Amino acid sequence: MIPEIGHFALILALLVALVQGTVPMIGAARGDGAWMALARPASLAQLACVGIAFAALMYSFVVSDFSVALVAENSHSAKPMLYKVTGLWGNHEGSLLLWVLILALFGAAVALFGRNLPAPLKARVLSVQAWIAVGFLAFLLFTSNPFLRLDPAPFEGRSLNPLLQDPGLAFHPPFLYLGYVGFSIALSFAVAALIEGRVDAAWARWVRPWTLAAWLFLTLGIAMGSWWAYYELGWGGFWFWDPVENASFMPWLAGTALLHSAIVTEKRDTLKSWTILLAIIAFSLSLLGTFLVRSGVLTSVHAFATDPARGVFILLLLVIAVGGSLTLYGLRAPKLKSGGLFAPISREGGLVLNNLLLTVGCATVLIGTLYPLALDMFGAGKVSVGPPFFNRAFGPIILAAVAVAALGPMLPWKRADLAAVLARLKFALVAAVVAVVAVWLATGGASPLPALGMGLAAWLFAAALVELGGRLKLFRAPLADSWNRARNLPRSAYGTTIAHAALAIVVAGVIGSQAWQTEVIVLMRPGDTVDVAGYDFTLVGVSDVTGPNYTARRGRFTVTREGRPVTVMSPEKRFYPVQGMPTTEAAIHSTWIADLYAVIGEPAEGGGWSVRLYYNPLVPWIWFGAVMMALGGVVSLSDRRLRIGAPVRRRRRPAVAVPRTA
Amino acid sequence: MRALFPISMLVLASMLVLAAPVARAIEATELLDDPVLEARARDISKGLRCLVCQNESIDDSDADLARDLRRIVRERLVAGDSNEAVRRFIVARYGDFVLLNPPFKASTYALWLGPLALLLLAGAGTAIHLRRRRAAADPTATPLSDDERRRLANILGDSQGRA
Repeated sequence: MIPEIGHFALILALLVALVQGTVPMIGAARGDGAWMALARPASLAQLACVGIAFAALMYSFVVSDFSVALVAENSHSAKPMLYKVTGLWGNHEGSLLLWVLILALFGAAVALFGRNLPAPLKARVLSVQAWIAVGFLAFLLFTSNPFLRLDPAPFEGRSLNPLLQDPGLAFHPPFLYLGYVGFSIALSFAVAALIEGRVDAAWARWVRPWTLAAWLFLTLGIAMGSWWAYYELGWGGFWFWDPVENASFMPWLAGTALLHSAIVTEKRDTLKSWTILLAIIAFSLSLLGTFLVRSGVLTSVHAFATDPARGVFILLLLVIAVGGSLTLYGLRAPKLKSGGLFAPISREGGLVLNNLLLTVGCATVLIGTLYPLALDMFGAGKVSVGPPFFNRAFGPIILAAVAVAALGPMLPWKRADLAAVLARLKFALVAAVVAVVAVWLATGGASPLPALGMGLAAWLFAAALVELGGRLKLFRAPLADSWNRARNLPRSAYGTTIAHAALAIVVAGVIGSQAWQTEVIVLMRPGDTVDVAGYDFTLVGVSDVTGPNYTARRGRFTVTREGRPVTVMSPEKRFYPVQGMPTTEAAIHSTWIADLYAVIGEPAEGGGWSVRLYYNPLVPWIWFGAVMMALGGVVSLSDRRLRIGAPVRRRRRPAVAVPRTA
Repeated sequence: MRALFPISMLVLASMLVLAAPVARAIEATELLDDPVLEARARDISKGLRCLVCQNESIDDSDADLARDLRRIVRERLVAGDSNEAVRRFIVARYGDFVLLNPPFKASTYALWLGPLALLLLAGAGTAIHLRRRRAAADPTATPLSDDERRRLANILGDSQGRA
């Protein structure tokens, strides 16, 4: 009964979305207030319907109702409750339902919090949002129905893939989807603005908080995924340039570019059509990611053909959404008037360069991701495009963006004096040189590249501090004066500083992990001690343990440094009997500047165990930096201007009557 | 199978219903006794793709195939092959697909040169667009040509002469 209610609610949601996608849009065209006003209750009704469907499916998972095919395939009565719940989105149908729920959530949020949006804009935004919902609800109902029943129902489910039975991975999809789907708001605003034919500073101010929110969720989602790869895959790597990872990274790059170009549109009323285009691109890449992952085209071009219904449907959605938006853009964008002019060396110029580098970087990832597919499709052979390509092609572009990020916030609008800005950055330059020399000496003068990379990170970090110090007139004005300035500084300025400093920390972490990892692969018997980068790992013993739905072999290491105890580490190798699948649970001890990382492997024939031990310098900074970057987004989002929303759109007519000069 | 699609979370869930080969990433028992040869083996392995995985090197992969490839690499090295010879040996059997670093040849020119070409094109396009915009909006932004300057001097000279 419950699943049928969910199914019915989903059908209702589709019907509501159809109404929401047409009536307010027509109302906006005709200037009919009542028709436009329908958008708000319709968005709320849609959230209610999708919410009921989601709750119904959740209930089926929680009570292990194996008469529902999806539950039978992805759940098991012995599974811990957490994974019964998160198992809902650990599969195709459920994850799409989550996608649609988040879409409805964002739509309802615009309906509720966008009180000061002009009625026609709001009506159009919510209508466009409903079009996207129509596409995905139809996809769910016609090709991926999560509520199909089994008759007779099996006694037991097939359980969730053990890889997904992990807290990191359990919450990774919701965050990732909040990011992916959040960009739909940016797209809806862009399409609504194109239909209206009007983009101004107020528009940019309205669209920014939504983009910022989506961006920070996506940042956290990607960080969570890479953190999971780090501790679960068992060799200390955290990013593989895997197509599925790239699918989430591309919208992030485009979204980051969008955040920055929207600043120019808001502050200087220019770069409008570019900002609109970026909004379209960011969500298009989210859709492309969904297509790549959901259609099976990644496994092989040919796998796509084995389940054509789903693949073709998503491809069609992609073509209609992207093609439609771009066509509208082509028709309307030339009519958008550009505002303020600026010299090449200026804040605007810096942000244009930022956008140039980020979008070319994004395009590079896109080329690398799709190239093997395209080549295969045209029968021109099979190639792999792996980390070496991305490191060489994407690395320099993003490092250039990092170098420029230090300068950008210090450049004044319109026209800037580069020499003066560089003079203010003396301290950052010194910090960079010191970092290069120190790192180069500390690592024994090996390869200079990692040292230069660390210098770049130090440059950006120091520049972020210098920029903030400059705003506060720190050490140049009395301390009380600086304190006052600190209190009055807009939160978005702090957000910029935090996010840029965080980027520097991430860069340092990535370089450290690539350049100075120490790896020891060795056979150990209980009692043996191995030295890893100055830490002595002693294998105390190996025992068998039993978990709720798995058995495991657990190694126990004591770690000492110069005789002093550091920690005890217990890596596991788990075996899930239901799926017959093993998983690796690495043991990690973080010292904030490095991770000790231990993995227990197979027993050897002559006794002893194969173990892998790592010393991963600076790796914790990657996730610390990512969380801090998202925090920068939160701080920026709490800015008064964004929190209260935008001020009322500037009146076309001046308030004071001006005598007409006829 | 464990690491088939590394970060891909739920995404993979739908695909992860594939079979699960039970072996793991490189183990101590596979290592060569000679540390120099072993270091070369690791170096080669990092650039070879586990063919049934997504962008994972054979060193990091759990698949049986990856384990076989690791063994072949070491056998060739022990037999006295150079690093390049080992790579050629593997490519001859599995094609370019096995190389994580795609070779630079006709079918990959667009891949390797695309990003650079895009950067140059986009950079030039942006520069031209911004220059035009400034020129269109603010005529003084375009400096006078020498010819124009001379004519201007003439006109000014004339008017001054007459005044």
